[in-house]
Amino acid sequence: MIRRREARRGGLGALAAVLLVLPFVLPNTYYLNVAILAGLNAIACIGLNLLIGYAGQISLGHAAFFGIGAYVSAILTAGQGWPPVLALLAALVLNGALAFAVARPILRLRGHYLAMATLGLGIIVAIVLAQEVRLTGGPDGMPVPPLVLLGWSPPGEAAWYGIVAVLLWIAAWLSLNLARSPIGRALAALNASEIAAATAGVDVARHKSLVFVLSALYASLAGSLFAHYAGFITPAKAGFLQSVELVTMVVLGGMASTFGAVVGAAILTALPQIFATFHEYETIALGAILMGIMIFLPRGLVPSLARLAGRR
Amino acid sequence: MTAALLEVAGLGAQYGRVVALHDATLAVAAGELVALVGGNGAGKTTLLRTISGVRPASAGSIRFEGRDITRLAPARRVGLGIVQVPEGRQVFAPLSVEDNLRLGAYARGRERSAEGLARAYRMFPALRQKRDLPAGSLSGGQQQMLAIARGLMAEPRLLLLDEPSMGLAPLLIAEIFAAIADLKRAGATILLVEQNATQALKIADRAYVLETGRVVLEGSGATLAQNERVKAAYLGM
Repeated sequence: MIRRREARRGGLGALAAVLLVLPFVLPNTYYLNVAILAGLNAIACIGLNLLIGYAGQISLGHAAFFGIGAYVSAILTAGQGWPPVLALLAALVLNGALAFAVARPILRLRGHYLAMATLGLGIIVAIVLAQEVRLTGGPDGMPVPPLVLLGWSPPGEAAWYGIVAVLLWIAAWLSLNLARSPIGRALAALNASEIAAATAGVDVARHKSLVFVLSALYASLAGSLFAHYAGFITPAKAGFLQSVELVTMVVLGGMASTFGAVVGAAILTALPQIFATFHEYETIALGAILMGIMIFLPRGLVPSLARLAGRR
Repeated sequence: MTAALLEVAGLGAQYGRVVALHDATLAVAAGELVALVGGNGAGKTTLLRTISGVRPASAGSIRFEGRDITRLAPARRVGLGIVQVPEGRQVFAPLSVEDNLRLGAYARGRERSAEGLARAYRMFPALRQKRDLPAGSLSGGQQQMLAIARGLMAEPRLLLLDEPSMGLAPLLIAEIFAAIADLKRAGATILLVEQNATQALKIADRAYVLETGRVVLEGSGATLAQNERVKAAYLGM
């Protein structure tokens, strides 16, 4: 218990240190741009890891919540003239309500069936976003006004990096605290055995709903911020490939590891940029690296490496 | 018999269209150790799961202290004091032994768990030495002890034990049954499901025999142990 608490503090300290040093070692704003995108993905992945890693429930439609967050922010600020912060909060409320409404029926399913149901949810949302041309601009996407916080708009990459870094750190801190709270233990319990969890007095359905809503809120926040940062969004950000990418980040980094989710998001956001020089071989190289990691470090990067370090 | 703590009347349960439990009626009084014996597929586990609420009842009623709980959610029943120790040593394998025990006290709130932990370790000292290890690394016998200890953390008023001796070595079976007898002496109310009918009937006050989802016999543990039909079918005599 004590050891774990130290590891948690150490991890949060290390994350803060990396986030602080990173902007000074990155050679130019292009890399800062990659770091911001990685940070936004990391926020969504920390939320998804609560669902997949801690509670053991799969979601193949999580980009839907990211997409709804992005589009609600876009539509309310561009179309209705809402202040971006208010639009971001509205997106959180809407995503939370949607996740809550679908959680009970969907999370009764397990394994492949749950994967199919969440996949369906993601596809429905992506189709709606692509078809409601009047509201969303359809497959061509829509422009999004810049973020404004209390009359201040982040002027460039550096300011954006600061915002994302602070929110990412808070997201990790919340996730780690949740994991070691009674709720976290209850999630780990229903992950290990639903029957045993129910007989221990854990309300399985309620906890599944709770973690589903929480993970949707993380994705919504990341989506709203992404919309304002990128200044333009398309329905592809809510699509199937995006959902799979989020799951891959979580699995690659390591299940049930908050820092794993961050590392997975950072690697899978940065690698394609680095490999862009390989042109048509980019996808092959990326695929080979993923296969190599899953073969040699099957528990994911962070848990596997932590284990290796602990053995010495 | 005094007013029963648990009264089950005409209880039915089914998996899809397959009826697993048919018109089961039984009662457990406070402080009693009642055994449910029967072969594979007789409905013993289904009956326990329906009482704990993990499976819905398709017919009949369950009353606890006179209150109808047939439709109550499983977590609420744990709150009332009905705690099931599921079969097959269902421990939370990746969690530490101590976290497993803490989860047992989940329904009680965590404040009382320090005292409960001490009690659990007194009862099963082997668990204290392994408190920081993942529950999945324990031996089969220790996992069963942990599962029982976890159930006790909820301070049950009715403990439902499902096949506690399943898959254990004879020495460990004796240890588990000794622990159950200790619990009974300490005043616990227990409904015990066992395939090991010899041992179960020896320590039980009363017992019910289940066959293909129906209660076919009931009586004191000693009487049933002498019953020709029970002897032939379940005691291998």
